[in-house]
Amino acid sequence: MYIYDDYDQKIVDQRVAQYRDQTRRYLAGELTDDEFRPLRLQNGLYIQRLAPMLRVAIPYGHLRSAQVRKLAELARKYDKGYVHFTTRQNVQYNWPALENVPEMLAELATVQMHGIQTSGACIRNTTSDQFAGVAHDEIVDPRPWCEIIRQWSTFHPEFAHLPRKFKIAVNGAAEDRAAVLVHDIGINVKLNAAGEVGFEIYVGGGLGRTPMIGDLIKPWLEPKHLLTYLNAVLRVYNRYGRRDNKYKARIKILVKAMTPEAFAAKVEQEWAFEKDGPQTLTDAEIARNHRFFTAPAYETLPADDAEFVAAKAANPAFARWVERNVFAHKVPGYAAVTLSLKKTGVPPGDATDAQLDDVANLADRFSFGEVRVSHGQNLILADVKQSQLFALWEEAKRIGFATPNIGLLTDVICCPGGDFCALANAKSIPVAQAIQERFDNLDYLFDLGEIDVNMSGCINACGHHHVGNIGVLGVDKNNAEYYQITLGGRQGADAKIGKVIGPSFAQEEMPDVMSKIIDVFVANREGEERFIDVFDRIGAEPFKAKVYEGKPIRKEKADV
Amino acid sequence: MSNQLIINRDIVDNRWTRVVPDAEGGVSVPSEGAILVPYQYWLGHRDELAGREVAICFAPDDEPESLPVDANTFAMIACDFPVFTDGRGFSIGRLLRVRYGFTGELRAVGDVFKDTLNYLARCGFTAFEVRADKDINEAIKGIDDFTEFYQSSVDVPNPLFLRRPVTA
Ligand code: HEM
Ligand code: SF4
Repeated sequence: MYIYDDYDQKIVDQRVAQYRDQTRRYLAGELTDDEFRPLRLQNGLYIQRLAPMLRVAIPYGHLRSAQVRKLAELARKYDKGYVHFTTRQNVQYNWPALENVPEMLAELATVQMHGIQTSGACIRNTTSDQFAGVAHDEIVDPRPWCEIIRQWSTFHPEFAHLPRKFKIAVNGAAEDRAAVLVHDIGINVKLNAAGEVGFEIYVGGGLGRTPMIGDLIKPWLEPKHLLTYLNAVLRVYNRYGRRDNKYKARIKILVKAMTPEAFAAKVEQEWAFEKDGPQTLTDAEIARNHRFFTAPAYETLPADDAEFVAAKAANPAFARWVERNVFAHKVPGYAAVTLSLKKTGVPPGDATDAQLDDVANLADRFSFGEVRVSHGQNLILADVKQSQLFALWEEAKRIGFATPNIGLLTDVICCPGGDFCALANAKSIPVAQAIQERFDNLDYLFDLGEIDVNMSGCINACGHHHVGNIGVLGVDKNNAEYYQITLGGRQGADAKIGKVIGPSFAQEEMPDVMSKIIDVFVANREGEERFIDVFDRIGAEPFKAKVYEGKPIRKEKADV
Repeated sequence: MSNQLIINRDIVDNRWTRVVPDAEGGVSVPSEGAILVPYQYWLGHRDELAGREVAICFAPDDEPESLPVDANTFAMIACDFPVFTDGRGFSIGRLLRVRYGFTGELRAVGDVFKDTLNYLARCGFTAFEVRADKDINEAIKGIDDFTEFYQSSVDVPNPLFLRRPVTA
């Protein structure tokens, strides 16, 4: 894990001082609302429906146990005793008082944390694979590259006020768990035939109002040029991205307007001036960053621990948890464990201060003191010995984090929606809960296999509904909350935007609608086929027929 | 209107008269003294302005690439920030310094106040026409909001990784 030196610490400390002064001036009337807004947003502070909301950065989703304890402490001291983990691998406080935020940031700085660039029109926190460094299918560890990007993007003076938010994701595994194709810049770290590292650069993906899959603009970029190339992309965007219309300001609109080819050519032209400049990475710097992400002190273990295998055979509930929540590790005898924050009845992604303290203890006891956040809004202990999985499972059950549903229908990804978010058209948490309640039978859930359900309370798509196999979008219809269904979306290397199936539904209809969709899937399924494969085979029609059966045919414009 | 500004960390009197188009786009240039005119205006009126002490002001959508003369023809170049959240001027400043070798006074005008000075300075700006309704003595402190930086900038071209002592 990356550890700050005096330079990193000084930068974060100076930010705390700067923000303290900004807050003071705002409260004293020396900064207007319009002036303060962009400043506070770049520190993660929103003004929401019920209270301010503070978003804290978790660079590429990595936390140490001491940091988790600090998050818990702040939840107790300054909030209502819980936090919310987001699809951007960050964490949010829903109830801080504006006057307390400088103090919260000062406390976070003591554990090398902050709210820098977690919001606002700047380069946001870089995200990555939650299994980075341990995944059995990893080609190159993306974390050193994420860290290099983190440093370059932090307070980049030229890109402090971009046309719009800017998100970068990095993936280094065979399977893409970082959703690189739906980011402003998506990077796949690759190896060529000679065993050299290089990057594949995608630009212009994103969800929100105009969902788009990114375009490959650079099939192979040498590592030393990473930052100069990113600089060139950002400069083209900063200068030519639209600023007249907030809804057309993302880089995806620019790339589309120029065509990906012309955009790539413009970047090359810009890069020609930057290339080999002072920001060119040195071997020493690349090596320095790699040193923070070396393997922990793994023991030499057999590939299959005998006790673990026996426990699975003897205990079906444990076996079920292992099947869903335990991920294959690249080191023999180890496993990566997902702690599910998707227990029925709890808002997806929420954790209490006590649970956080418990997780910190579990990390110390079972996983070298590290915790990760996934973009599926769950927590991960990445380095657990197989022989300790049973003990961990028992502890996780006690905390309420052992629901064996990762990747299943109840592992709903869900934005805060109308309960917290001022932009929402509809609530999303109660709908997620109603769906979880409807599908509360574990055997049935298991039989259904992998289904991504993603929900957003409005078109901004914070819950990634476009890339859910089943997407749910809150829409406003004559001032009432309605829900529109998309089917067929997926993330990963073959990412696709789902298609709206028809008119939207009232909240109370949603569990039935879900049941009907699932019934069609089950009726058409061959063997163990996944939902998405059935959908690809039979198309949307059978789903539409069932869901709208007996409904008067209403005409409604799709709200996409 | 206060007629002071920050140049190279000093608060000094402004000797340039800034010429701003009126609502209809009309420009009226005072008959004497040093003038700061919009770049587009200068492009169209170069001959008339010859012999005068002239500086140009880039708007956010102006392209320094299109400057038909050496940037150092000018003793001063300004960039307008109509709103501080329009970051195009940052790139223009940086291009003028790094790509076009401009060594004169680079001035930020418009929505300029304490919280933007640090970024501006790092993009090569050496002069700051702080908004008239803001306290210039307070604003000047903003230049040093940060004293250590990760990335390459105009004032400190080497990124931190070239300056940081490398410990094994
Ligand atoms: C509660 C306060 C929040 C507000 C006001 C907010 C605001 C927004 C807005 C305005 C957009 C659309 C941006 C655009 O398309 O240009 C957006 C997109 C997004 N937000 Fe949020 N958001 C909030 C919470 C969250 C949370 C809790 C998450 C994660 C759970 C999240 C993750 C995202 C993601 C992933 C996108 C999609 C971006 C894309 O790919 O285009 N946001 N948000
Ligand atoms: S999708 Fe809409 S409702 Fe949900 S968090 Fe984002 S902005 Fe708010």
